[in-house]
Amino acid sequence: MNISRLFKTILMTDFIGGLYVALKEFFKPKKTINYPFEKGKISPRFRGEHALRRYPNGEERCIACKLCEAVCPAQAITIESAQRADGSRKTTRYDIDMMKCIYCGLCEESCPVDAIVQGPNFEFSTETREELYYTKDKLLDNGDRWENILDANIKADNIHR
Amino acid sequence: MEYLSIVFEEVYKILFLLVPVLVSVAMIVWLDRRVWAFVQKRQGPNVVGPFGLLQSLADALKYIFKEMIIPSSSNKVIFILAPIVTMTLALIAWAVIPFSATQVLADINVGILYLFAVSSLGVYGIIMGGWASNSKYPFLGAIRSAAQMVSYEVSIGVIIINVLLCVGSLNLNDIVLAQQSMWFVIPLFPMFVIFFISALAETNRPPFDLPEAEAELVAGYQTEYSGMMYAMFWLGEYANILLMCAMGAILFLGGWLSPLAFYPFTLIPGAIWLIFKILLLFFLFALVKAIVPRYRYDQLMRLGWKVFLPFSLIWVVLTASYLFYFNLLPVN
Repeated sequence: MNISRLFKTILMTDFIGGLYVALKEFFKPKKTINYPFEKGKISPRFRGEHALRRYPNGEERCIACKLCEAVCPAQAITIESAQRADGSRKTTRYDIDMMKCIYCGLCEESCPVDAIVQGPNFEFSTETREELYYTKDKLLDNGDRWENILDANIKADNIHR
Repeated sequence: MEYLSIVFEEVYKILFLLVPVLVSVAMIVWLDRRVWAFVQKRQGPNVVGPFGLLQSLADALKYIFKEMIIPSSSNKVIFILAPIVTMTLALIAWAVIPFSATQVLADINVGILYLFAVSSLGVYGIIMGGWASNSKYPFLGAIRSAAQMVSYEVSIGVIIINVLLCVGSLNLNDIVLAQQSMWFVIPLFPMFVIFFISALAETNRPPFDLPEAEAELVAGYQTEYSGMMYAMFWLGEYANILLMCAMGAILFLGGWLSPLAFYPFTLIPGAIWLIFKILLLFFLFALVKAIVPRYRYDQLMRLGWKVFLPFSLIWVVLTASYLFYFNLLPVN
């Protein structure tokens, strides 16, 4: 053991240095946020909870082309469709199994009319499994609730496409 | 009636000491977590109560309502006894801690010996818990803990001899009063450093938390414990840490004496000064937890037996020679 190392050991310079660094970090601003009270910034492309959107006149966008059902890698989407009295084709059933869903965003990509989208909401945990089988009503309700943000997000992301 | 009133008076005194100690143990856990988090640039517990101060109470409440699982293969009596022993021993040691010249529960003339004896017994709770669990990780943790605590006890004992040489009394109040002209941290600074590090090892704090090294031993001797029994281990552990801080404050930092012995400082009661010194030492404990990696077992043993013990023994000889040569030995 050479002399300088011996002195370092006896004077515990490394340890004192460590304490100094710890004290310095102690007074620096914190990197974490108070999660339930404040939330991190979310990108317009964020792929959270699904929603079915409507046109401004209240008509639902989905035309039951079933592209999302076909593209879904987890086969989480189930669609049934029928012709309505006015001759337009609309879905009679649009279910998403949120536990199968892998949140890849392919349904949103494939949709020709921007009907099915993934919104910014990531806090939809439930106490039972059943609540996570989303039906058409639930999805449309989500769409109505988040419409302003969804619309803004699609517009914000549009320039990159 | 005479007898009863004496009993009630004593019980009142004990409660007056124990309740603040238990509350401060809960607060100190919060402080520990908070300091640790701040060094790592996290927020730490800050939701329950103002600044998260009531976090420990919430945790305690949770532990009370949790199921206590007793392994079927365990030795049930000893298994249940172990956390009780740990906590009791951690708390009874507070009896001799002087908060001022008069505020001490038991002003016995062998106070430091009592303190040392009780903190040595602390290893029994851990060994009993580890053995009674009848499971490999708790057992390994308990063995490590026993070896570690016994090793560092020796150097702490020798360090205490250093202080006693300067004081000439085993009474804790006498030790505090002997520091009126100068705190022992100044002439015995190397001993203070070794005492601090040994105290870390004695209370199983990082970097010497081998008995509960989560990477190797799950949680060491606490692995099989749950619910209130776990909480009692946890309370006992932190009460022990506080006790070690109090011991450091009394032996080296002048106990309840104010740092500057003139008017505005002497106005503050001694108990406040002692608490302040304990908190200062605990803050160092918490900082050390945040900055150092865990020691390997052989390194731990080498440090205890090959470095601290010879060094403190040499220092005893030096102190004794110095005091003898300059005729400063305290004579009663």
